[in-house]
Amino acid sequence: MKKKRFSNLKERAIKVFFFTNSVFATLALVGIFFLLLFTAIPAFKEINMGEFFTSTRWNPTSPVKEGYGILSMVVSTFMVTIGALVIAIPIGIGVAAYLSDVAHWRVREIVKPIVEILAGIPSVVIGFLGIVLFGPIIAKIFGTSNGLNAVNGSLLLAIMALPTIISISEDSLNAVPKTYSEASLGLGANRWQTLIRVKLPASLSGIIAAVMLGMGRAIGETMTVMMVTGNAPAFPKGFLSSIRTMTATIAIELGEVPYYTTHYYALFAVGFVLFIITFFVNMISDVILHKYQEREQ
Amino acid sequence: MVTKAKIETKNVNFYYGNKQALKNINVICAEHKVTALIGPSGCGKSTFIRTLNRMNDVIPSARVTGEILLDNENINQPRIDVVELRKKIGMVFQKPNPFPKSIFNNIAYGLRINGIKNKRNLEEIVENSLSEAALWNEVKDRLDDNAFSLSGGQQQRLCIARSLAIEPEVILFDEPCSAIDPVATAKIEDLIHKLKENYTVVIVTHNMQQAARISDYTAFMMLGELIEFDNTDKIFTNPSNKLTEDYITGRFG
Repeated sequence: MKKKRFSNLKERAIKVFFFTNSVFATLALVGIFFLLLFTAIPAFKEINMGEFFTSTRWNPTSPVKEGYGILSMVVSTFMVTIGALVIAIPIGIGVAAYLSDVAHWRVREIVKPIVEILAGIPSVVIGFLGIVLFGPIIAKIFGTSNGLNAVNGSLLLAIMALPTIISISEDSLNAVPKTYSEASLGLGANRWQTLIRVKLPASLSGIIAAVMLGMGRAIGETMTVMMVTGNAPAFPKGFLSSIRTMTATIAIELGEVPYYTTHYYALFAVGFVLFIITFFVNMISDVILHKYQEREQ
Repeated sequence: MVTKAKIETKNVNFYYGNKQALKNINVICAEHKVTALIGPSGCGKSTFIRTLNRMNDVIPSARVTGEILLDNENINQPRIDVVELRKKIGMVFQKPNPFPKSIFNNIAYGLRINGIKNKRNLEEIVENSLSEAALWNEVKDRLDDNAFSLSGGQQQRLCIARSLAIEPEVILFDEPCSAIDPVATAKIEDLIHKLKENYTVVIVTHNMQQAARISDYTAFMMLGELIEFDNTDKIFTNPSNKLTEDYITGRFG
C-alpha cells in the first residue's frame, strides 16, 4: 500500500518535471517575442514606419540626418539566402538521391553521418574558410579587388544549409514506400526514371520542408555572413558587391550603441522583422512536413 | 502434358546471402495457361515468382543459379536487358500499389516511359487497358481522381490495367487477392480467367480454392523445394505425393 502511494508520487513528480520544462521552453519563445516587440515599438516614435521599410539609407549615426531604412539589409539578407538556395538545392537533392538510390549501403552508412556532422561545424570556422579560401578564388575569377561579397556569403550559407537539406531529403526519399519503386521497375522503368518520375514526386513535400529548414538556417545565420560579405550598408548593386545583412547589422552595431536611444530601439525593430521572417519560414516548413508525415501513415 | 512452354526453369537455386531459399526448382509455365504456385508461408513461392522478372535484382545479397528460360532464352545472361525483360513480363503485387497519381496517369506512366506521348494514343490505350481489366465502367468519369480514392479491389484492378497497358506477354500475380475482400477477389479471378486468352499467367496464391478454380497447372512448394507439379485437376483430386495430399486436405499449412 505504502509502496503504491510512493510510485504514484513518483509518477506525478515526473509529470510535473516534464510539464515545467515544456512551459519554460514555451515561455522563452513568448518572452523573446514580446521583448523584441516592446523594445521595437519605441523606435517608431522617432522613425516613420514607411521610411523604415522602404528607405535604403541606414545611417543611424550621421551627424547631419540620421537614416533608418532597412530595405538594403532586407534585400541583402534575401540575396545571400536565395543565392545559397540556388547553390544548395540542386546539390542537396542530388546528393540525397545518390545516397538513397545509387550508393552502396555501406557508402551511405559512412557518408550520411559525416554529412550530419557537417551541420555541427561552428559558423566561425566556415567563415574562416570563406575568408582564406573562397575569397581569393572569387576575387581571381571575377577580377574584383577582394572576394568579400554576396557570392562568398551565398557559397558559405549553401555549405551550412546543405547538411539539413541532404539529410531530410534523403529521409523523405527513403520513406517512399518500396512498393512504388517495385511497381515502377516492374513496368520496365529504369532506376533513373523511377527516381525522377515516382520517388521524387512522392517525396516532394519532404524535400520542400528540407529546403525551407535549410533556408531558415541561412536567413538567421550571422557570423559567417558578417565575416565574408564586406558589410557595406549601401544598397547592393549585384552579387559581386559588398553587402550587409540584417543579422550582421545587429551584431555589429548593438554592442556599441548607447542604450535606450532611437538607434538602439531600431536595432530591435530589425530583430523583430527577422524574427517574423524566420518564424514564417519555419512555420511553413513545419506545416508541409506535418502534412507529409500524415500522408505516410 | 504441356502445350508450348513460355517460361521454363531448370534447376533454379536461389540464395539470400548464405541462406538458400529455393532448391532445384523445375517448373514449366505453359503459354496461354494459368500456372499457380501454392504452399505454406515461407516456402519460397514469392521468391520464385520474383526470379521470373528478376525483381530480386534489387536485393543486394541475392544470388540465383540454374536457368530461367523465357521463350527458350535464359533471362539471367548478361546480354539480356532487365528493363526490356520487365516490359515483357508484367507483375501485380500482393498489396495494391498504385502510384500517388491520378487514375489516368497511373496507366499512362508505363506508356510515357516507353516514349508514347501522343495524347490521343494515351487516351486510347488507357481506355483499352481499363476495359480489359474490367474497371473502365467504374472509373470512366473520374480518370483525374487520385488512384487512392478507389477501393482496394479497384486499386488492384487498376494495377492489373497498368501492367496490361504496356502489352506484356506474361503476367505474374504475387498473391493478388491477399489484401482485398471476397467480392473483389471474385472479380479478379474472373479477370485472370479471361486474361489467359491473350497472356501467360503465373500466380502465387495462399488460397488453395483459388488455385483450384483458376489455374491449369499447379506447383506445390514447401521449404524452398518443389514437391509436386502437375495438372491442377490431378493435384487437387489425386496428388502423387503424400505431402501434397496433406496440404490440400488441410492437415497442415
